[in-house]
Amino acid sequence: MRSLKSLLLFLVISIYSYNGTAAERSHELLSPGWSFKGFFGKFDRASLQRGYQVYTEVCAACHSMKYLSYRNLSEAGGPEFSVEQAKIIASQFELTDGPNSDGEMFTRVARLSDNFVGPYENIQAATAANGGAYPPDMSVLVKARKGGADYIYSLLLGYEEAPEGISLDDGVYYNKYMAGNKIKMSNPLSEGIVTYIDGTEATEDQMARDITSFLAWAAEPHLEARHKIGFRAIIYLIIMTVLVYFSMKKLWSRIESKI
Amino acid sequence: MSDHNYTPKSKFGKWFNDRLPLLSLANHLTDYPTPKNLNYWWTFGGILTFCLITQIVTGLILAMHYIAHADLAFESVEHIMRNVNYGWLIRYVHANGASMFFLAVYIHIFRSLYYGSYKSPREIIWILGMIIYILMMAAAFMGYVLPWGQMSFWGATVITNLFSAIPLVGESIVTWLWGGYSVDNPTLTRFFSLHYLIPFLILGLVVLHIWALHVPGNNNPIGIDLKKPSNDTVPFHPYIVVKDLFALLLFLIVFAFFVFYSPNILGHADNYIEANPLVTPAHIVPEWYLLPFYAILRSVPDKLLGVVAMFAAIFVLVILPWLDTSKVRSAIFRPLYKQFYWFLVADVLILGYVGAMPAEGLYLLVARIATAYYFLHFLVILPVLGLKEKTLEVPLSLTEPVLGGSPNQAMARSKKEIS
Repeated sequence: MRSLKSLLLFLVISIYSYNGTAAERSHELLSPGWSFKGFFGKFDRASLQRGYQVYTEVCAACHSMKYLSYRNLSEAGGPEFSVEQAKIIASQFELTDGPNSDGEMFTRVARLSDNFVGPYENIQAATAANGGAYPPDMSVLVKARKGGADYIYSLLLGYEEAPEGISLDDGVYYNKYMAGNKIKMSNPLSEGIVTYIDGTEATEDQMARDITSFLAWAAEPHLEARHKIGFRAIIYLIIMTVLVYFSMKKLWSRIESKI
Repeated sequence: MSDHNYTPKSKFGKWFNDRLPLLSLANHLTDYPTPKNLNYWWTFGGILTFCLITQIVTGLILAMHYIAHADLAFESVEHIMRNVNYGWLIRYVHANGASMFFLAVYIHIFRSLYYGSYKSPREIIWILGMIIYILMMAAAFMGYVLPWGQMSFWGATVITNLFSAIPLVGESIVTWLWGGYSVDNPTLTRFFSLHYLIPFLILGLVVLHIWALHVPGNNNPIGIDLKKPSNDTVPFHPYIVVKDLFALLLFLIVFAFFVFYSPNILGHADNYIEANPLVTPAHIVPEWYLLPFYAILRSVPDKLLGVVAMFAAIFVLVILPWLDTSKVRSAIFRPLYKQFYWFLVADVLILGYVGAMPAEGLYLLVARIATAYYFLHFLVILPVLGLKEKTLEVPLSLTEPVLGGSPNQAMARSKKEIS
């Protein structure tokens, strides 16, 4: 009986660990060790603030982040800019509002309560301006890709010369982490493309880390609260479980039976 | 239903109870004689009740913020995740709660298979359970559509398209289900409506399921009929209540790990991309708990026969009490059945795995063999086994060996196996 069970177990495990043909498997993703992973994982504030700078100076030229508001930038668990800073950030953007009481649409400066102003009016405009490839909205991008933050980070550092035998059309680039290795976004990061306000050296790796952290926060703005509450909830459950266990032992000691 | 006459102590209690015997019901539930040898596999009934209530309560709150419209659904889910106070917690509990619900129901079903709980006189309990299971799958499928991500949309497209396999009227039925010529806003709104309805149908069926259970009483690991109440039973409260609570807390720890530390691991990344009818995902896969059926569906080369096979896979479960011809309930006393039982467990796990993989090459071959074995188990092995198998000697009561009954090999074995 025991050998039969272990045989079945072996069969099931070996099937579950069979990963398909080697061709299907892409390159192992890079993982720089994120501060927001693990039970007590938290975002690195400075990195998020730098990440916002990379987003707004580089990515925002093409990518929208429509589910975020400027107020989020000053909320706990995020980049934690001061409210004043967030107001200044918002005031750098203009948007169309209205209609006013005369029925006219008008342009005004963005406020904290507004969502991030995107680079294009609509998806069609974004697609047309980018050679037929829509630059995806980045609000939940990290959760929308297999591999999450590691994938985004790897992709940003995965640009290479196309190997021999692979021909690329105009406006198509080779990236070893992209499915099919062909990507319509040119390498967005190059050393020094951003001058960090805090003086950090803007290497490609540094920018890739910062922007990925920022996107990870954007996709999961309550991650820190989740980790904190989760830890407390589990400790509470464990204590309850132990107490109930001893109550159960006590109650069942009256009955001649194993529990 | 009541095992003995109960009279409330207070005058008001008596007055009330004569008009609506709620107190008698409460008394019945408290005193309900339960076999004292139930193991932890029996705690999943209580866990499932908890899961259902959790889904209903969290779902109720989500419905206050969710907008069932093709243009707004995805955004409203993000609104819940970002702006609603603890919206992320409620949604993650609901989404992972569905997976936990299925985890518990699969353990519950396989417990029944091992100990023969579906056999006479408990066939109605089993059939009610199967109807609940089918409704759960319907509710889960429709719930997965509501966030209106890519997997929502394409999963809905694939599954509703199954009905087009029905000869002659198939296409019309699909159009009717969609409320149009493709999965679109009318599909989303009706799925939302049904997703809200089904849990209450399940709740009603759960009441019947428990009612039907309370007629013959629980089966038990030994699978024999017990005298109730007797030395072999304990009152439900406090003995079973405290044990169920202990098991529920352990279950909740696992649940909490998913909710707080890997809330998206059981979902598919593509569902965080808003539905786009013009872009088909590379692999369309259902949620993990539907994968074995998905594997059966795809293992048959013909569309109609594939759909028939998938529904037959559920139907054989419904008629299981009559497919299993053995008079002995518990696998403990059925040495051969016990082996075939583990083969079935492995078979279903393998089906689940290949269901997640592309239907080609080795995967397809494995899926076909596993599908064939699944039906072989229920349609051939079980009926024949019941007639041919030499079962071990079954004890007359739980206390029999203790009270100086004849030395009983089976009983000695069983003790080892249960613990």
